[in-house]
Amino acid sequence: MSIKHGLLALLREGPKYGYQLRGEFEAATGATWPLNIGQVYTTLTRLERDGLVRAASGEAEADGRSMYEITDAGQDELAKWFETPVTRESRPRDELAIKLALALSVPGVDVSAVVQRQRMATMQSLQELTRLKRGGGEISWLLVLESMIFGAEAEIRWLDHCEAMLLRHRTAGTTRTAGTTPAAATTRVASDQGRTAGVGETSSTTDVPDQQEHHTGAKK
Amino acid sequence: MNVILDIRNLTRTHGQGEQAVHALRGVDLAVPAGELVAVMGPSGSGKSTLLTCAGGLDQPTSGEVLVDGNDLATLSRNAVAALRRRRIGYVFQDFNLIPALTAAENVALPLELDGTRSRTAHKYAEAALAEVAIGDLADRFPDDMSGGQRQRVAIARAIVGERRLLLADEPTGALDSETGEAVLQLLRDRCDQHGIAGVLVTHDARHAAWADRVVYLRDGVLVGQSGPLSDADALLQESH
Ligand SMILES: Nc1ncnc2c1ncn2[C@@H]1O[C@H](COP(=O)(O)OP(=O)(O)OP(=O)(O)O)[C@@H](O)[C@H]1O
Ligand SMILES: [Mg+2]
Repeated sequence: MSIKHGLLALLREGPKYGYQLRGEFEAATGATWPLNIGQVYTTLTRLERDGLVRAASGEAEADGRSMYEITDAGQDELAKWFETPVTRESRPRDELAIKLALALSVPGVDVSAVVQRQRMATMQSLQELTRLKRGGGEISWLLVLESMIFGAEAEIRWLDHCEAMLLRHRTAGTTRTAGTTPAAATTRVASDQGRTAGVGETSSTTDVPDQQEHHTGAKK
Repeated sequence: MNVILDIRNLTRTHGQGEQAVHALRGVDLAVPAGELVAVMGPSGSGKSTLLTCAGGLDQPTSGEVLVDGNDLATLSRNAVAALRRRRIGYVFQDFNLIPALTAAENVALPLELDGTRSRTAHKYAEAALAEVAIGDLADRFPDDMSGGQRQRVAIARAIVGERRLLLADEPTGALDSETGEAVLQLLRDRCDQHGIAGVLVTHDARHAAWADRVVYLRDGVLVGQSGPLSDADALLQESH
């Protein structure tokens, strides 16, 4: 999230104090990105250095800080920001994708278990986001929420996809070597499972070739 | 805790010997009044089997299913049928509406089969249709409705009267995302405001997320669960 552009956007409505910007930034994003006042002032200092904002005439705050206003260069910068789509590359690297890739290459890691744990963790956030959505609120906040909901949803679909791919990969790899029948694999998984499988537990499928057709048949 | 649906070590095997398909292998699930549980899992993992066993439409190979304290295995066929008419609402994926009956008649049917007088049954039916926001379509026939409207009729039929347990198999399958969420809102309200226990099968994570708890089935075994939810403030603190 660009704090810089967020502050410029708020200043377009008129000159504001730092504490005011902080409050309005949080209100606009539904407090998803709380800012501390220090971040606000360092950002303002940098913006001022770059000629995008300047101190406005008017009463100073108790601590001597003045109001800021946006400059013409700031207006241009803001317009450019709104005109430019956010590229996926400019977002932080995806730790989850990296984790799964590593889980595959590091021996002894139960990748299915990693996928399943992540699935339930992401599901939990999706549930919590949905509950926040049910609570309603400002349209700006609901937009931000939906963005996070779509993100979580996509992650779960991606995990389903990974699981199906891994299964196909594994099945292809084991049919050449192992003579395990689907029925044998089936009973094996059954006996591995206790009466209750708790949160994040999965059947230990790493060494069990799953050859039943329906495994790979996840809908969509 | 008032448990409405109590499933204990449920197994369901189709066929025998070599051909045997182990659709469920030891599932435990307890759903108290007011809770909405979503069941997810790959195709063929046993979701529909779980739901049909819970609704008394299919018999377990072993294990127990208790609905509102009644062990289904100990009830006569008639008693199970009566329980299904009075206490269990079932929303089928293909809706199962009767084309020759109007929306209101479809909804009133389980009550009338149960001996409720026709006029009373129709009053309840109209209330249920109003509750799913299609009160004005009471006299329409299913063929003259959109998919989303038929879906609402099916839900009205599942909630009419004094149902304690609502079972829904992919109730949003044929709907667009917006209409799908409206259906979830409806199921959610039933659980929140009427203390109904709900179990919902869905492939859609966005829809499952409306539930208090999401359980994940794979190969007939529950392999994961998410929820119940922590409080909302904790989420906001976490998210950065
Ligand atoms: N009457 C039957 N005879 C034999 N096998 C059956 C029967 N009904 C279901 N099965 C099998 O039991 C398993 C579980 O089926 P079920 O319909 O419960 O899956 P599901 O999770 O609902 O799948 P989907 O997401 O595709 O609806 C499948 O392997 C299926 O082929
Ligand atoms: Mg099914």
